[in-house]
Amino acid sequence: MEAGGVASERARLASAGARATVAAALGRQPRRDVALNAGFAALLLLAVLIALAGLAALLVQAFVKAAPSLSPDLLTSMPSRINPEEAGFRPAILGSLQLIAGVMLFVVPVGVGAAVYLEEYADKSKWWNRLVEVNIQNLAAVPSIIYGILGLAFIARGPLDLGFVALTGSLTLALLVLPIVIIAGREAIRAVPASIRQGSLALGATRWQTIRRQVLPAAVPGIATGVILAVSRALGEAAPLLLVGATVFITFDPTPFSEFSALPVQIFNYAVQPQEEFKALAAAGIVVMLVVLLAMNSFAIWLRNRYEQRW
Amino acid sequence: MERPAVTVRPGEFRNGSAERGKVFELRDVGVDYGGVPAVKEISMDVHRNQVTALIGPSGCGKSTLLRCLNRMNDLIPGAVVHGSLRYHGEDLYGPSVDPVQARKLIGMVFQKPNPFPKSIFDNVAFGPRVQGRKKGLEGIVEAALRRAALWDEVKDRLGDNAFGLSGGQQQRLCIARCIAVEPDTILMDEPCSALDPISTNKIEDLMVELKEEFSIVIVTHNLQQAARVSDRTAFLMVELDADEDNRWGRLVEYDETEKIFTNPADRRTEDYVSGKVG
Repeated sequence: MEAGGVASERARLASAGARATVAAALGRQPRRDVALNAGFAALLLLAVLIALAGLAALLVQAFVKAAPSLSPDLLTSMPSRINPEEAGFRPAILGSLQLIAGVMLFVVPVGVGAAVYLEEYADKSKWWNRLVEVNIQNLAAVPSIIYGILGLAFIARGPLDLGFVALTGSLTLALLVLPIVIIAGREAIRAVPASIRQGSLALGATRWQTIRRQVLPAAVPGIATGVILAVSRALGEAAPLLLVGATVFITFDPTPFSEFSALPVQIFNYAVQPQEEFKALAAAGIVVMLVVLLAMNSFAIWLRNRYEQRW
Repeated sequence: MERPAVTVRPGEFRNGSAERGKVFELRDVGVDYGGVPAVKEISMDVHRNQVTALIGPSGCGKSTLLRCLNRMNDLIPGAVVHGSLRYHGEDLYGPSVDPVQARKLIGMVFQKPNPFPKSIFDNVAFGPRVQGRKKGLEGIVEAALRRAALWDEVKDRLGDNAFGLSGGQQQRLCIARCIAVEPDTILMDEPCSALDPISTNKIEDLMVELKEEFSIVIVTHNLQQAARVSDRTAFLMVELDADEDNRWGRLVEYDETEKIFTNPADRRTEDYVSGKVG
């Protein structure tokens, strides 16, 4: 009885000791670590908040300033230098639509073609193919004003000599966003697994049939996403258009072969007018553009999530 | 080498199989990748309406050899096939042979099921379609799916995406896709290595049925599978050069499967099939 009591007492002490050790090991981390963790998390949150605050400030500012001018007439009225109450963005909106339609007509076949060549045909061991690749990456980083000068020298004037018309603007913007489409297209094509190509070729399909019927259809969502993002970039560009003659005040509906205007150029012009009413009009133009851009980017994200092929 | 690496002795086979015709005749076939040999000096005959298994340890060049047979190696930059490779007596690498046409006659099923991201119907119809067929596709698709023992499982959902099928069904779909092109030979590169035992069983049964119509060459890591389904077995091994810098595959022994597994001529074959090495 006595011996048993000692033994059980010893066991109790031993297990209590073990518990204490475990408890110590599992115990709260030092106060300094807790503080550091919290501090770091706060810094990261701050970084997110700064980004969001910028966007929120932009939206609020634009809406508040635009409030007096926001009306459906904005979209359908001709611009005016004198009468801000009646001035609108009609030719600028039509011009922008024509510009991006032209950009798409040019950039989709050329960009996808270049992407297919680089991914499916180019022999990477040859120096000229590597040179092309590196330069496409570089072109994506060239400032847009440079493309404007290129468009002025080669498209508006020079070899093509198309003049200062919407088509010139389209081609200039297309050159600007072409690298974006090529890079997005290459990524989409590369994401199609080699096993699909091999399966197709093993059935006696030619290389072109394999690309046309297997690789490209599987890459379409990725390519389309890239095209939309490229077009929304083109839609927001003002600098190259100024160089190729986006005239600010046209009071007729532009055609691809007439003088033209574009939303960002028109906004810039209203913003530099001295009267407050014109500044409100510029803000309203910003709201219009933001709505269009956000809608396009949301559509791109939706397209990617909806149709992206998971292998 | 203390003995010849190859033990092909045409005319010595039992069952009169030598008279049944040869699909492939390989003489001293080798493959280099960028000048480095991957397999060397393979000489063997593949017989019509038989299942021929290629076995051997990893890296022995089984798959490389298989991909010579339908010119899939052409797609790998730097791959060079040398030696004589005759297909029904015709030089498969001759100047007048179009690899695209060759692949229509010599189909291939891959290690991992690779259905196209399309409907079940479109997967099977793809081969006939690229050959320009537009009419009668329903019949071709049904016949191919029936021969691949998949029809009953998918007949009510031909329009569904093939990715919704199980792994075993996907692999049978790939076999059906291959059959729809009406090939004469089917090459299978470890077709069951990604499948569970029940699916594996179905594919093995299918191979035995299909050899009535087609000649089949299969690469497998699974010795039991080779023993179960094949009529002839080729055993390949890795060989190293003197300073062990380069390694390539070489054919050790090629004979009837029963002989390879019960009474092989080469000691290395015996060690491998009895599980002592590899």
